[in-house]
Amino acid sequence: MGKVRVLVGTKKGAFILTADGKRKDWKVDGPFFTGWEIYHLKGSPADPNRLYASQSSGWFGQIIQRSDDGGKTWHQPGTPDGTPMTTPEGMPMGESNKFVYDTSPETGKPLTSHLWYDGTPHPWEFKRVWHLEPLLTDPDTVYAGVEDAAIFKTTDGGQSWQELPGLRGHESGPSWMPGAGGMGVHTIVQDPKHAGRMFVAISAAGVFRSDDAGESWRPMNKGLVSPYELPNPDAEVGHCVHRIALHPSKPKTLYMQKHWDVNRSDDAGESWYEVSGNLPTDFGFPIDVHAHEPETIYVVPIKSDSEHFPPDGKLRVYRSKTGGNEWEPLTNGLPQENCFVNVLRDAMAVDALDSCGVYFGTTGGQVYASADGGDTWAPIVRDLPAVLSVEVQTLP
Amino acid sequence: MIRVVLPYHLRTLARVEGEVKLEVTGDVTQRSLLDALEATYPMLCGTIRDHTTKKRRALVRFFACGEDLSNEPLDAPLPERVVSGAEPYLVVGSMAGG
Repeated sequence: MGKVRVLVGTKKGAFILTADGKRKDWKVDGPFFTGWEIYHLKGSPADPNRLYASQSSGWFGQIIQRSDDGGKTWHQPGTPDGTPMTTPEGMPMGESNKFVYDTSPETGKPLTSHLWYDGTPHPWEFKRVWHLEPLLTDPDTVYAGVEDAAIFKTTDGGQSWQELPGLRGHESGPSWMPGAGGMGVHTIVQDPKHAGRMFVAISAAGVFRSDDAGESWRPMNKGLVSPYELPNPDAEVGHCVHRIALHPSKPKTLYMQKHWDVNRSDDAGESWYEVSGNLPTDFGFPIDVHAHEPETIYVVPIKSDSEHFPPDGKLRVYRSKTGGNEWEPLTNGLPQENCFVNVLRDAMAVDALDSCGVYFGTTGGQVYASADGGDTWAPIVRDLPAVLSVEVQTLP
Repeated sequence: MIRVVLPYHLRTLARVEGEVKLEVTGDVTQRSLLDALEATYPMLCGTIRDHTTKKRRALVRFFACGEDLSNEPLDAPLPERVVSGAEPYLVVGSMAGG
């Protein structure tokens, strides 16, 4: 039957929710890292017991945590107890929370500036890790999407991190501008059928694709329309992409929840078209794909960019079984009055059990689960801190 | 031994309870004390000072003997009562946010 482990990052710590394949009775462990913002936790597809967590605070900065036993115990991978700061040769040890932009003449890019909200140049400053994406085939290799927008990589299980400077150093970098939540690489998606191909999404620069494992990147935003933010319909960058997702069996098809509009690409991001169809509003943050049906997708419409809560106070997940345009509301078990929570971009996930499970967390601290592809829902927990991220692991 | 009081979250990261006691060789300054702290507890690197510039993080403050030392020169000698261990050196998360 299998079982599931749901990894939940919140504003004040992390939680791990586990259940058997029925997904009825849940065990709640946590909080871990109490009082810290946990932007993201994710498990390695190659070793499900290897978990990574991004822990940060405005006071004390960025920490990376790692678990080798499925979340029972955690450690900072660069600094276990007794680890010296230098090698016997006197060289600095790699530090698991050291994210320094690569400006070296050999491998890096100059640290120029990006645009600030007022359109003036602003220096690049590391703030936090938004998203951790373990490589599909190696638990020690992980990509980290960070604010200010850049991508880092570790190949030693999180002990040390190196920037892949081709992204930040793209010629369009000086024109990138933050969205309201900052300028972060919030989404990293790997293509399982094309070695070295991956996608990132940046608020508010847009989608970029690499075909060489992150060495070089191309903007992938043709067809996106953002008339209020970007009057130029041919703008190469500047779109506020909230989330992208793909199905591993059909990786040339990408789905996107943008600031406004739900979009689709059938050519690996080369071009996009809108599939918002009959949604009550096409603003929102997360988007995800059914584990077994590549044309079945989920979004959570939010009233507007000014009012980040569900229309009419009714929390509704919308499902399309046609890859977009035709949407149905899923309401069974979700609050249909007086609900004014938001669902953030990294806070939806699906499991891979025979009957696909769908999960999402809210800024009100609820984590909802559906064990039947969205037909019915029930809360796993109701009163966590605001949920920042939800990931799920399907275990034997 | 020099006594250092860390805020709750840094005690958790360093896996210590109560005060930290450090031996500092040579001149006892904020810089040499923080160097010794990070050498003993490398998991604190980057949480008090920036990894590269070594500048104090904006919402971290330093106090001793009833004085705010946060903006004092890093290479100025620390008060004798801190050097002797009579008074602790306090690393504080400043008041901000919820």
